[in-house]
Amino acid sequence: MADWQIDLIKVVFIWVWALLIAVVMTWVERRASAMMQDRLGPNRAGPFGLLQPLADGIKLFTKEDIIPERARKILFILGPPLFALPAFSAYAVVPFGDKIVLGGKEIILQVSDVNIGFLYVLALGAIGVYGMVIGGWASNSKYSILGGLRATAQLISYEVPMGLALLTIVLLYGTFSLREIVLQQQGTFLGFLPNWGFFKQPLGFIIFMVAAYAEANRVPFDLPECESELVTGYHTEYGSMRLGLYLFGEYVNMGTLAAITVSLFFGGWGLPYVDMSRFLGPVSYGIASFFVFFLKQAFFLFLFVWVRWTVPRFRYDQLMGLGWKALIPLGLINLFITALLVQLTT
Amino acid sequence: MVQLLFFYFALVVIGLGLRIVTCKNPVHSVLLMLLLFFHMAGLYLLLNAEFLAAVQVIVYAGAILVLYLFVLFLVNLREEIKMSPFVQKGKWAGLVAALALLITFLRGVFNFTLGPHGQYTIEKVQQITHTKAMGEAIYTTYILPFEIAGLILLVAVIGGLALAKKEDKGA
Repeated sequence: MADWQIDLIKVVFIWVWALLIAVVMTWVERRASAMMQDRLGPNRAGPFGLLQPLADGIKLFTKEDIIPERARKILFILGPPLFALPAFSAYAVVPFGDKIVLGGKEIILQVSDVNIGFLYVLALGAIGVYGMVIGGWASNSKYSILGGLRATAQLISYEVPMGLALLTIVLLYGTFSLREIVLQQQGTFLGFLPNWGFFKQPLGFIIFMVAAYAEANRVPFDLPECESELVTGYHTEYGSMRLGLYLFGEYVNMGTLAAITVSLFFGGWGLPYVDMSRFLGPVSYGIASFFVFFLKQAFFLFLFVWVRWTVPRFRYDQLMGLGWKALIPLGLINLFITALLVQLTT
Repeated sequence: MVQLLFFYFALVVIGLGLRIVTCKNPVHSVLLMLLLFFHMAGLYLLLNAEFLAAVQVIVYAGAILVLYLFVLFLVNLREEIKMSPFVQKGKWAGLVAALALLITFLRGVFNFTLGPHGQYTIEKVQQITHTKAMGEAIYTTYILPFEIAGLILLVAVIGGLALAKKEDKGA
């Protein structure tokens, strides 16, 4: 197989995989929330209600597509894809496994190992907000525009602490390439801990996680779509598959953020204490590393759901206060200390 | 291939630039500007400057332009749209200014001679990655201009803070 064919297969595979994760996540969210509230949740379509997302999809596709009369048509149509596309594109740099040998050829399980890896992720995260803002503004509704405004202010505020937390990781590993960072996290730290970013940067991890929840618009920071004040915020006027794309993009976004968390702070595809490549063949090692990565990612995806149904929503001024008065100073101090330690130890 | 890409990016950047200043709806202008920033990032990528490309998107598209949108949404847009685009006001003064700028640029372009080659060749930048090359240059050779730029920004921040505080006291 030529190189471009392999690349194409990787792109298609990761795209379908991201879609599948998002689809299953809509089911997990509903079932888990039901479990936490002592209900059953959707359990009629297929075994355990697993076909529910499919039924939802059919419903969304066959619904009437309504564009409000005084909406700005082009921008209204452009909103949802602008939101969903960056979320998908971020998967391109996620190292979803180590490498696999197929037909005598070593294939790295990552679509593209660019050396600005997670700057690219940050950039796409920043672009995603346009989908919300444009959709909110184009709908010509007060709830929508308020949702869009909240989204902009929130995203700008939380990008700063996120950037600060990520900078400490750059200082530690000296590279922007996600694959390189994962490779440096194998082995042990201080002799008994796994050599993960989490153990070297616990504060950085907490700041990153909080910022990630704000970036993904998840409870406790889902103020752009806060239903008790804004109906559903920026997508109030949307229906049918356009609404579906917004909801779907959110799950894809969560998947990306979980994958980034795993690769930056939890050793990516590596198992702690065990070097899988020693006793597994080249093919089974590739598959195993892929599943280890997926399991870790699945845990963080579940954490999103867990937090959503346990923690109440912040008030908007509390959100801004937390971002600017707590996370940014903490992030700066953390960055300073890390820089000092790196300078002293190398 | 590279030249073809360059012409594509350059043409789109110029075309979008013209469209941005002639656009009547400021929100459309901002969105076209977003597109323009992506093409600028493409130009940087052609120059092997992947760090600049990423920062271009993060800072300009991700932060500054979002702030523009934020402000645009807060002012009453209906009034703005009815206004004629600002290009039509003071047409002659604008033309003179544009011509003066054009002459300055053209003089610059025609008097341009290639200086001696520096330390950072394409091969070296590709080898040590652009991020590192840029960091080295900024934090060693150009540390003084860098610090001055930082100081100017700090002054701007303090100025903004002072302005915001004043209003707070009056209320």
